[in-house]
Amino acid sequence: MQIIAQILFAIALVAGIVFFARNVKRLIRNIKLGKEVDRTDNPGERFAKMARIAMGQSKMVRRPLAGALHIIVYLGFIIINIEVLEIIIDGIFGTHRILSFLGGFYNVLIAAFEILAFLVLVGVILFWTRRNVSRIKRFWNREMKGWPKNDANNILYFEMVLMVLFLTMNAADYQLQLNGATHYTSEAGIIGSFPVSQFLLPLLDGLSNSTLIIIERIAWWAHILGILFFLNYLYYSKHLHILLAFPNVYYSKLTPQGKLDNLEAVKKEVELMMDPNADPFAAPAEGEEEEEPEKFGASDVFDLNQVQLLNAYTCTECGRCTSECPANQTGKKLSPRKIMMDTRDRLEEVGEIINKNGKYEDDGRQLLDDYILREELWACTTCNACVEACPVGIDPLSIILDMRRYLVMEQSAAPNELAIAMTNIENNGAPWPYNQMDRLNWAKEK
Amino acid sequence: MAEALKVPTMAEYMAEGKKPEVLFWVGCAGSFDDRAKKITKAFVKLLHQAGVDFAVLGTEESCTGDPAKRAGNEFLFQMQAATNIEVLNGYEIKKVVTACPHCFNTLKNEYPSLGGNYEVMHHTQFLKALLNEGRLKVEGGKFKGKKITFHDPCYLGRANNEYEAPRDLLRKLEVELVEMRKCKKEGLCCGAGGGQMFKEPEPGNKDVNIERTEQALEVNPEIIAAGCPFCNTMMTDGVKGKDKEDSVAVIDVAELIANAEDL
Repeated sequence: MQIIAQILFAIALVAGIVFFARNVKRLIRNIKLGKEVDRTDNPGERFAKMARIAMGQSKMVRRPLAGALHIIVYLGFIIINIEVLEIIIDGIFGTHRILSFLGGFYNVLIAAFEILAFLVLVGVILFWTRRNVSRIKRFWNREMKGWPKNDANNILYFEMVLMVLFLTMNAADYQLQLNGATHYTSEAGIIGSFPVSQFLLPLLDGLSNSTLIIIERIAWWAHILGILFFLNYLYYSKHLHILLAFPNVYYSKLTPQGKLDNLEAVKKEVELMMDPNADPFAAPAEGEEEEEPEKFGASDVFDLNQVQLLNAYTCTECGRCTSECPANQTGKKLSPRKIMMDTRDRLEEVGEIINKNGKYEDDGRQLLDDYILREELWACTTCNACVEACPVGIDPLSIILDMRRYLVMEQSAAPNELAIAMTNIENNGAPWPYNQMDRLNWAKEK
Repeated sequence: MAEALKVPTMAEYMAEGKKPEVLFWVGCAGSFDDRAKKITKAFVKLLHQAGVDFAVLGTEESCTGDPAKRAGNEFLFQMQAATNIEVLNGYEIKKVVTACPHCFNTLKNEYPSLGGNYEVMHHTQFLKALLNEGRLKVEGGKFKGKKITFHDPCYLGRANNEYEAPRDLLRKLEVELVEMRKCKKEGLCCGAGGGQMFKEPEPGNKDVNIERTEQALEVNPEIIAAGCPFCNTMMTDGVKGKDKEDSVAVIDVAELIANAEDL
């Protein structure tokens, strides 16, 4: 009987890990559909930024309540996972609390897990309340209908159930130890310390050992299977940030937020135009293929760079960007969060095609228009409030800018007034129709 | 105030075989916009008062390309940059000061990789430096005790992390500096950036400058201090939209300093 349980456990564990590895491979494959971008400079500074913002949660606490609750859940998640190590060893070898040889330290560990589990439970319930009862505005924007809303709640229910199972397992285990049940009892006396689950004991009062064992086993199995399921739910959910926040911050932009990249492809064209000796009709040099001119800007995920695609997968849809966006606050369609969600959803759509056909085949759809509307793109003031607000270093502005570049340079589809301003700049060096020769007139005016 | 300001150009300096201490990059708004021209003149007066040896490009100056770049026209931006860099490098410019945060950001951050490397300062940073060097005296005067709130320009604040230079100057004027609910890193945009200045806003239920003006009016200021000609226009329009133009003025930090002493 015991050996069957061990085999079943090993199968579940391997299946969970294999499936997860498959999804990670797909994730990396999809991100690599983007253009390469070099963000390997200044590793020290990047690491420090990651330590501060991702590990240290420094931007989360700008909103103190949400930040504090998030830190509890974050710490709980990391620390309670030490317990998963023991559960896995016990599961494979059929042992009971294998790490208990640590003695007093083990008791401290279990006590810490219990307290954290309780705090996580409280934190997650408060998160759920903020979302569903106090209905904080950023959780109820246009893009948060349907799956995104359910996804967020699913994750919270999951975490609640996992914490309850963990505490139930401990309570039943403790009661079995008190009853002196075989397999659960150690010569060293009670192993583990149960500052939270001891309060559940009255609920188990009067139950036979065999019933308690059933409760303990069900809780133990449901807990570990739940964790394996959750691990594999990540890829299909907004919750990937628990893994991707770290690389995402590491690869985020280090230069001032106001500095936008200068397109290399344009640089070449401009150099050619400015060079009086350049022959625009020159045939390509011997042995050199005429290069396909590079597409300017982005109309689909393939035109974005890999960091932008990583950004899209990292977004956990918290909506801090959108709530700080001046356009969104004044009722415009633009929501930086939606830009990230659209990018991810389109990338997933492309990924699905590759899963089916082995390669991407044009599906007649693209990020521009089918997901992100021009009206959204033209509402942006490039103020960087979204970039500043993101707790994990996502840059929605860079995607907006790349898509504007496509609209303007590939499609000549700038809004009319902007096209006029650009013509003015081109003709007379100012966005308004004033003569460049009048530029110093102000100095003569009284 | 009757006589015209003395504003030397780089061409004149070149002809005399001299080089100024700093180039004053006036910018399109500062050159052509009636409201912004007043800021330009106030800043020039301060430069004279501090004895700064400066020059402008005059008719050789052209748009930095900022609105074009942010509207997506990278091509036009790089053309503008190439032209400007040629002029600036031709005059061997080392140091640039500008009263426009958009020009400031573009010259400082986006010109270097195109071959234009200069030390670039926003006029509030430059004035603060003059103050620290003892070249410019900034003190109380007529704004002493007045309730003033500073609206952070996105391209000075978030874009380049400069929040204190304008505030330090205001403190020197001994004003009562009050902060809006959203300020510094979290400051709300005036609505002009990214090319919005030159177009009608997309459909929505409010204009961004009205939202920002409401935030400013919440703290009951007598003056909204600005550090950007575009913010100045947007906030001035906002104050008018709220029928408050008789009680609340929108004034650039440079103007406040110049006017404090009736320059």
